[in-house]
Amino acid sequence: MMTSDRTIPTITIVAALALVLGFVLPEWVLFLSNVAIGKALVVLGLLLLWRCGVVPFGQALFFAGGGYGVGLLGHYYGITDIFILTIVAAAVGGGLSALAGFLLARYRGIFFTMLSMAFSMILYGVLVKTEALGSTDGIGLKRITVLGWQPEEQFELAMYIYAVLLGMICAVLMHVYLQSVPGRLSEPIRGNEVRVEYMGMSVQRLMHINLIIAGIFAGLGGAVTAFSVGHIDPEMAYWTTSGGFVFITILAGTGSVLAPFLGAVIFEVIRTLAFSYVPDYWQIILGGALLLSIFFLPGGLWSLIAMAKGGKKNGLNY
Amino acid sequence: MAIVIDGFVYASWIFVVALGLTLIFGVMKILNVAHGAFYSFGAYGAASLIGLYSQTGLPVAGEFVIILLSSAVIGLVLGYALERVLLRPMYGHDEVVLVLVSYAAFLMMEDVLRLIWGSDAYFAYQPFVAVGFVEIGELIVSNYDLMLVGFAITLGGAGWWLLNHSRFGHILTAVIHDREMATSFGVNVVKVFLITFILGAILGALGGAVTAPKVSVTPGMGVEVIVLAFAVVAIGGMGSITGAMIGALMVGLARAAAVHLLPEVELFAIYVVMAGVLVLRPEGLFTRVQARKI
Amino acid sequence: MDSIIEITNLEKSFGSVVAARDINLKVSAGQVIGIIGANGAGKTTFVNMVTGYLKPSSGEIRYQGRDITGLAPEELTRIGLTRSFQIAQVFPALNTRDNVLMAVGATDKFRGRTRFLEPLSTPERYAKTARILEEYDLGSHALQIAGELPQGLRKLLDIAMAVASEPSVILLDEPTSGVSVSAKFETMDKIIGALKANEITALFVEHDMDIVARYADRVLAFVDGTIIADGTPDHVFSDIRVRELIVGEVIERAKADREEDNA
Repeated sequence: MMTSDRTIPTITIVAALALVLGFVLPEWVLFLSNVAIGKALVVLGLLLLWRCGVVPFGQALFFAGGGYGVGLLGHYYGITDIFILTIVAAAVGGGLSALAGFLLARYRGIFFTMLSMAFSMILYGVLVKTEALGSTDGIGLKRITVLGWQPEEQFELAMYIYAVLLGMICAVLMHVYLQSVPGRLSEPIRGNEVRVEYMGMSVQRLMHINLIIAGIFAGLGGAVTAFSVGHIDPEMAYWTTSGGFVFITILAGTGSVLAPFLGAVIFEVIRTLAFSYVPDYWQIILGGALLLSIFFLPGGLWSLIAMAKGGKKNGLNY
Repeated sequence: MAIVIDGFVYASWIFVVALGLTLIFGVMKILNVAHGAFYSFGAYGAASLIGLYSQTGLPVAGEFVIILLSSAVIGLVLGYALERVLLRPMYGHDEVVLVLVSYAAFLMMEDVLRLIWGSDAYFAYQPFVAVGFVEIGELIVSNYDLMLVGFAITLGGAGWWLLNHSRFGHILTAVIHDREMATSFGVNVVKVFLITFILGAILGALGGAVTAPKVSVTPGMGVEVIVLAFAVVAIGGMGSITGAMIGALMVGLARAAAVHLLPEVELFAIYVVMAGVLVLRPEGLFTRVQARKI
Repeated sequence: MDSIIEITNLEKSFGSVVAARDINLKVSAGQVIGIIGANGAGKTTFVNMVTGYLKPSSGEIRYQGRDITGLAPEELTRIGLTRSFQIAQVFPALNTRDNVLMAVGATDKFRGRTRFLEPLSTPERYAKTARILEEYDLGSHALQIAGELPQGLRKLLDIAMAVASEPSVILLDEPTSGVSVSAKFETMDKIIGALKANEITALFVEHDMDIVARYADRVLAFVDGTIIADGTPDHVFSDIRVRELIVGEVIERAKADREEDNA
């Protein structure tokens, strides 16, 4: 009776293709992809929270946390190894969300959204006002090393390979989690907390765990972004950054762990193209895309793919 | 002392700015992100008109009239357009959807703003300068700021009176407390929503318009102000004028205290207060606790 | 026999309103207890207190000898005490089978039978789910969306989900309300039959006196927040106060039915 789930093979194939393409694509495309993957990781975490029925407008907190974590370690302590920094980013994201989660896990709806936003704005304020953290100018990152080797010439490609592999691993992990008992039980929180409690699960604890997972992913996203862009600044914690992540979540839909990547890439493409060719209209285009999505395609772009495959329109394929 | 005065001035300013948002949130349960656009449109509109007006040589008092009138027009037009075209079709949906719609609208309006007025800063300092300064103790306080305080109090009083003593106010209160019940009493909730939204838009534009003489009007104004307004709404609760006033006061005093005593925390002091209130009493400080309906 | 549930001096007030008072009760394992009373008499308050939805103002509840007063619902479910709801609390977007599957999965989790990151959908869980669906005769509706089920089936599903947590005691809140009159007995046959087969102690709130007379070993009559009568159906239904305050004439019919069954 179990439906065959081809998600993991699909993820692997997409990642493999992306890797191969990476060797022939121009550098600006690689850069764009890296930034997109950075965002996609955050959105991957948002996907989980969205399914729980909450809309965080403050994931930028953990995103910035991850970015600043790796940036500061490089700047002050000269740590540039990519593996160490990846773990640090995950730890910072997870640590911050574990703390914030004690409060956030108790709330839902608009209160959750506002509290989440308030937290990230607190970080923003701290970052702007603290000289040691770079203040408004931010901090430039030292070049990333891989186990001692410094990829000078092929830097963007190296970052791309890292991003694609990390993205692939995270997507698989999230997919597995969503299929697991706690992952599946997170969904009904959105309509029926009482029942979930009476099934023996503490909803608050489940939400807290989910918040930590989302925080870890967001921290990783921040690191990927920081590595590629080479710069961190307080804007990473601003509410409009969070808004961008929410935007991509809606645009992409929540039907599959691949959706965030699709959404992020499209978002970056639109943004870059719009910015280059019609810089005065790019927010109109973005806002318009969001409205079209909300009005006509509530399941996001992924629901188009799901429909083509014969799945349900809202993409609840789990 | 400086803290108190500064706090009150800032509080008055943020009260005027946040009042419209509070109203819309209270009645329609929508956190209207586009409020930031009403604000910036109001500011730009007033600024350009004041700029033109000041070249005609007519009395400065006219500029204050411009502030009021331009807000009304801008609020009416924008509010009506937004409500009818974007919000109304989505009323049955989750509150969060409406917030996202307003967010999309905000993004688009920011660009429209830039298309109309460009990216340069506008200045409309004339009213500010015209009313001069006054000395309170050792401090020099702008009369414009004092007028702002008075204006805020007037607005608050008018709002309170409207809500508690007028027919429309009673209808609003009914809708705030229980939308379905109000409908069963024959209230045309959709019409109430439209009027409320337009009113909120006008107030938002007014917030921007009164700010124009105090600052340089730049494209990023709306983005910054939104979070501040949200903080006031979160602290004060939904749809409560008293709440908005207290919320504004808390925000204003917190910021003033921070600026004078501990400048490093200026930016986030407000959000700490906001987070604190949300944690301690999510309904805000002034919503009456609703009885469980189960 | 030691009582599986022992309630002493339970009380609940909401401000100045006393919703429940002086409740004392001992329940033996395996009993099927009917709870009757007019609306507002305190039945639901009682159920809510025993199942962790409300904290009592005073008094004590003991389950298998352990003090459980004021514990949260999820803790109670974990130790084997659960409930069904007056308004069926199912997951409307999922199908019947998945609803029960979720409950089975949750149970596996809190009983420590899951491995890290193991998927919810395993053959063992599907088998368990199928068994439960069969027991409650929901098998033919397995793939129907729960939100589209008729009221009676939804309530059955609600009960099935509660039973999936492998309880020792279950409290059912009006299990047959919303079920068509002709189907009530059939439904209760299924429910009580399944519960008895699994040795689950059951307390059920009911307004239909026929049902109570037919299925309960013991009846509690609630009036004004307290229990005024406690005993066999015969005993309770012949109590003058119960007749006046709660019951009508229907018990005679049910009494005859019962005698027929026992003959």
